[in-house]
Amino acid sequence: MAILSNQPVNRDQAKVMNRYDITRRLVGLLHADEAVIGGIGYTNFDLWAASESGSGRRQQNFYMLGSMGLAVPIAMGVAIAQPGRKVFALEGDGSMLMQLGSLCTVAARKQKNLCVVIMDNGAYQITGGQKTMTEQGADIVGIARASGLEQSAWAADEDAFVELVTRSLQEDGPWLIGCRIDAAKPVDTTERDPARIRDNFMKGLGVRA
Amino acid sequence: MAETWYEIVVEVLKRHNVSLVTYVPDNVLRPLVAAIEADPFFTAFACTREEEALGINAGAYMGGVRCILLMQTSGFATLPNVLASLSVPFSIPTVMMVSERGTLGEFNIGQSLVARTMRPVLDALSIETHTMTRLDEAEFILDRSLVQAFATMAPVCFILSPLLTGGKVFSK
Repeated sequence: MAILSNQPVNRDQAKVMNRYDITRRLVGLLHADEAVIGGIGYTNFDLWAASESGSGRRQQNFYMLGSMGLAVPIAMGVAIAQPGRKVFALEGDGSMLMQLGSLCTVAARKQKNLCVVIMDNGAYQITGGQKTMTEQGADIVGIARASGLEQSAWAADEDAFVELVTRSLQEDGPWLIGCRIDAAKPVDTTERDPARIRDNFMKGLGVRA
Repeated sequence: MAETWYEIVVEVLKRHNVSLVTYVPDNVLRPLVAAIEADPFFTAFACTREEEALGINAGAYMGGVRCILLMQTSGFATLPNVLASLSVPFSIPTVMMVSERGTLGEFNIGQSLVARTMRPVLDALSIETHTMTRLDEAEFILDRSLVQAFATMAPVCFILSPLLTGGKVFSK
């Protein structure tokens, strides 16, 4: 992992970015119908907002409505079912802290086509900004590495984020990209219609006609 | 010809193309897990939590693979939130098999108390549930209920009674 050695060594050294901005950059790099799972709250609100374009909204997104912490497991299930497709999990720090064991499972399975993106603002933003443990010393990239996810790195800045995502699209994973983000409000709100979300996603994955 | 409960389970899962098996280990489930892991038809692995396993199965189902989650009673008790916010509202046919602790000779008071939460939770969420007690009914219950789960896109829970499996016996 020599190329990752120029990444920040810890959370404190990573630039604070904007969630909508980097989500847009991520979506802009997806050209092969990659699947994206948006964890609850603002993470998936900005995925929803970033996925709208002149040609409609991308179909290969799944938006959770509850089940806090399950973005990584759901993404892993999609990745197992469709090994030829790259799958991204977008998860907040509070959510990830609820299901840290799933990082061990991803590492143990060596899930090649999976990339986890952590949106870390150190707060339960949607419930009033209470501090999470990442604001009090926990480093999710460090936890991921210790869980066996060797290809885990903090994105130093927006350019580094794009570089890491690009690598994750080209090379085998599993990958984990830590992103420090600010406390900006999301740009839009996801439509809350679970049957439609699931049906769209399955159509986007080619499972349903 | 399948003769034991776990051979019947393996046979019916294969018939319905249920190929991904996630589980949190349990002593009663051990012969089933062993039979599944010995069969190359299945992808099977243990997860760190039942919630995690349910999430993996939900994702795999949406990606076109049928799945089952194996656990014991106390593990089921960790699932109400994800059943109510993922499986049920998204119409995902989460197939669950629970080895029943807490009854018919339980020796751990925690198990006997947590077991009493299981059926009320399943009922509250209107989840199709079958308690399997007899070897001669096992194939029918599993076969018909898997058809129903996938046709109606609804979760189903199979509770394996000690009457079927022998359960976990108190030994000091």
